[in-house]
Amino acid sequence: MVEVHLWSGLRALTGGLEVVEVEATDTGEMLHALVRAYPQLQAPIDAGVSVTINGRVIASGLTEPIPDGAEVYLMQRIRGG
Amino acid sequence: MALDDLKTKDFAFVGTRPNRPDGLDKVTGRAKFGADAHAPGMLHGAILRSPHAHARILRIDTSRAEALKDVKAVVTRADFSDQVPFAPGLEGEFWNVLENVMAGDKALYDGHAVAAVAATSALAARDALKLIEVEYEVLPHVTDVDKAMQADAPVIREGATDYSVPEGMHPNVVRMHESGHGDVAAGFAEADLVIEDHFTTEATHQGYIEPHACLATLGMDGKGELWCCTQGHWIVQKTCAALLGIETANLRVTASEIGGGFGGKTTVFIEPVALALSRKANKPVKLVMSRSEVFRATGPTASASMDIKIGMKKDGTITAAEGIFRLQGGAFPGGPAEYTAMCAFAPYNLTNVRQVGYDVMTNRPKQAAYRAPGSPMAAFAVESVIDELCNQLGLDPIEVRLKNASREGTKASYGPRFQRIGLVETLEAAKAHPHLSAPLKPGQGRGISCGFWFNHGGETSVSLALSEDGSAQVMVGTPDIGGSRASMALMAAEVLGIPYDNIRVTIADTATLGYNDVSHGSRVTYASGLATIKAARHAVEKLCERAAKKWGIPVDAVKWENGCAVPSGPNAGDFDPLPLADITADMGRTGGPISGHFEATPEGAGVSFATHIVDAEVDPETGKTRVVRYTVIQDAGKAIHPTYVEGQFQGGAAQGIGWALNEEYIYGEDGRLQNSVFLDYRIPVASDLPMIDTVIVEVPNPGHPFGVRGVGETSICPPLAAIANAVSAAAGVRMRNLPMSPPRILSALKAHG
Repeated sequence: MVEVHLWSGLRALTGGLEVVEVEATDTGEMLHALVRAYPQLQAPIDAGVSVTINGRVIASGLTEPIPDGAEVYLMQRIRGG
Repeated sequence: MALDDLKTKDFAFVGTRPNRPDGLDKVTGRAKFGADAHAPGMLHGAILRSPHAHARILRIDTSRAEALKDVKAVVTRADFSDQVPFAPGLEGEFWNVLENVMAGDKALYDGHAVAAVAATSALAARDALKLIEVEYEVLPHVTDVDKAMQADAPVIREGATDYSVPEGMHPNVVRMHESGHGDVAAGFAEADLVIEDHFTTEATHQGYIEPHACLATLGMDGKGELWCCTQGHWIVQKTCAALLGIETANLRVTASEIGGGFGGKTTVFIEPVALALSRKANKPVKLVMSRSEVFRATGPTASASMDIKIGMKKDGTITAAEGIFRLQGGAFPGGPAEYTAMCAFAPYNLTNVRQVGYDVMTNRPKQAAYRAPGSPMAAFAVESVIDELCNQLGLDPIEVRLKNASREGTKASYGPRFQRIGLVETLEAAKAHPHLSAPLKPGQGRGISCGFWFNHGGETSVSLALSEDGSAQVMVGTPDIGGSRASMALMAAEVLGIPYDNIRVTIADTATLGYNDVSHGSRVTYASGLATIKAARHAVEKLCERAAKKWGIPVDAVKWENGCAVPSGPNAGDFDPLPLADITADMGRTGGPISGHFEATPEGAGVSFATHIVDAEVDPETGKTRVVRYTVIQDAGKAIHPTYVEGQFQGGAAQGIGWALNEEYIYGEDGRLQNSVFLDYRIPVASDLPMIDTVIVEVPNPGHPFGVRGVGETSICPPLAAIANAVSAAAGVRMRNLPMSPPRILSALKAHG
């Protein structure tokens, strides 16, 4: 199981939870699993999200493996200027 | 996770300072910029713009313009695709871009494009605009971010609000971000001193020297060619194709040389209009913006209204921090509120932190990135409060920042734990720098600030082809906005082991290379550099294969050293080193041309920190401020070409000086921009700037083969705050509103008594 930390603005979409657990081995699976468990997360994920795995920012990749016990955060999409 | 092949020392080429390959072209005027293109039979375009900040478009009559002999086409919104869907927030970004490029039912800001003309001369096109009749119903407008959130503010567009905005907020609030951790109330209760304050910044423009310009050809067969000044021609290709309803591959886009972008050329403005005119006229169409059009109708920064509250113990420990950030990004979603919020407290190790950002629409042009979008405003507000806390508690500002600094393993204010970062190293370098202990003259003040930016990777493709004489061509897809061709050549030289001068780097067009993300996010030296290294290593693999074949030994018995294939050890056999040029001389007859390729979306950009030190002087009689000394200290991971790293540091500081002291979009009561030329919009000139000293800190990024971190954006994060702290110290009054122009300084001095 992956423990996913959400930004607090998403609590309203997960019944007040800021940390949720889903079954996933990579970032793409994780996003699908999040939507399956919490359908209201579809909108923020469609608007663009990034993921951090042990502090490494995955800006958009859906195939990044998630090691067991990794610290995982969902973030709003990181872009640049 | 560090790359297995991380190299951080013993470089032969990386870290040297050769001349840039485009230097001669640029100093002799040979370089071709956006407006330098011509085509046989070319027409000239001009765009009619709304004089109103907010108005319903009731009718457009183009018949009188079309009747002119010299006019060959007129377009309005009806000439663009009707298949671009509207969606809330950023989900509907193509629709937002289309709406910005050419108004639909409403003109949403002063300068919004309403119609366009192509004629046989630029003068004829401009004259024809006067014959287009537009009937407007003028609507109430709002250009201020705080007023746009009030209950009585005019609604700019219903339905633009996305999922994140709580019920009850004004429809102009289209997105909201909230993050943090701990218990801020408990943290404030632990503090010996809590300061809560309000800050504002005005919208500023990137101020690039070259106005937007393009030459477009779109035939009746649906195939097009576009030459334009852009930071990313693949995004131009993709966006224009969507807006015009053609297939992406049928539009070839070539990037011109670029006279500055800084984030402002990461989208399209005139390019789809020129293509639509060309399609209608069946002729090439050139469109060049005037400076006034650039100010009125491209993308300045967001402006901001911010509330900051920070608690500190007498020993300098920050106990809690909270920030509310309201960003207006024009009449479209996209104000970088989430970045402002996430960057605000990132330099500090905080147990209790909360940040909230609001993206608010107003009747202004659609904001665009300006180096590290959203971060400089946050740093201004947060670092001003930290400065004030240090003043009131009698603490050293560097020591307080060091005490609270984020390090490897710190839980970032935006959530995850940091990997290896270099903030402490920049603070230690500041502490040791002679600038910090240099005496100040009467009337002068000193300020410091830290700053943070994420950096970015993005889709990247690079090809490298070897020539028979042993030279190499590198094709990258990221327009060179800061000397990147030199950096790419240095990295390729490092891997291939051939001289820098034997490598030519070209910015390929969209038809000759795979997709490349825009030159933004400080990503070019990181991502295109990583891809160049990998493409060169791919070529080296092939060179080793040829040597192995020639020597009759296994390929794993060959290694690459100093530009030659050599046996990998005594057991591999006794062969003289085989130079690259000896292998390529025969490559056509030993297996064919040798090239290397790499395509990926690198995901290891590595975040970046900086610390700036500023001395400023204030004339209490006139309110004029002068920056007398400036030092930039920033973590570059590894400086591939130190001169161009220093250039990025200095450029960020120079632009920050303008943003802090003078630059601002000034709107009248009528909602019209009052200062749309450089005479009225004051950017710094050389005589306004001191020598900007630089210190490159190198804490290698584990996500790049040579340890590179992007440097283009972080350099604009600390200046607003560092300058404000210096000016506040010099003036003896806290400056809370940017720009700190002479009238504002005088007003603050008067209010302070």
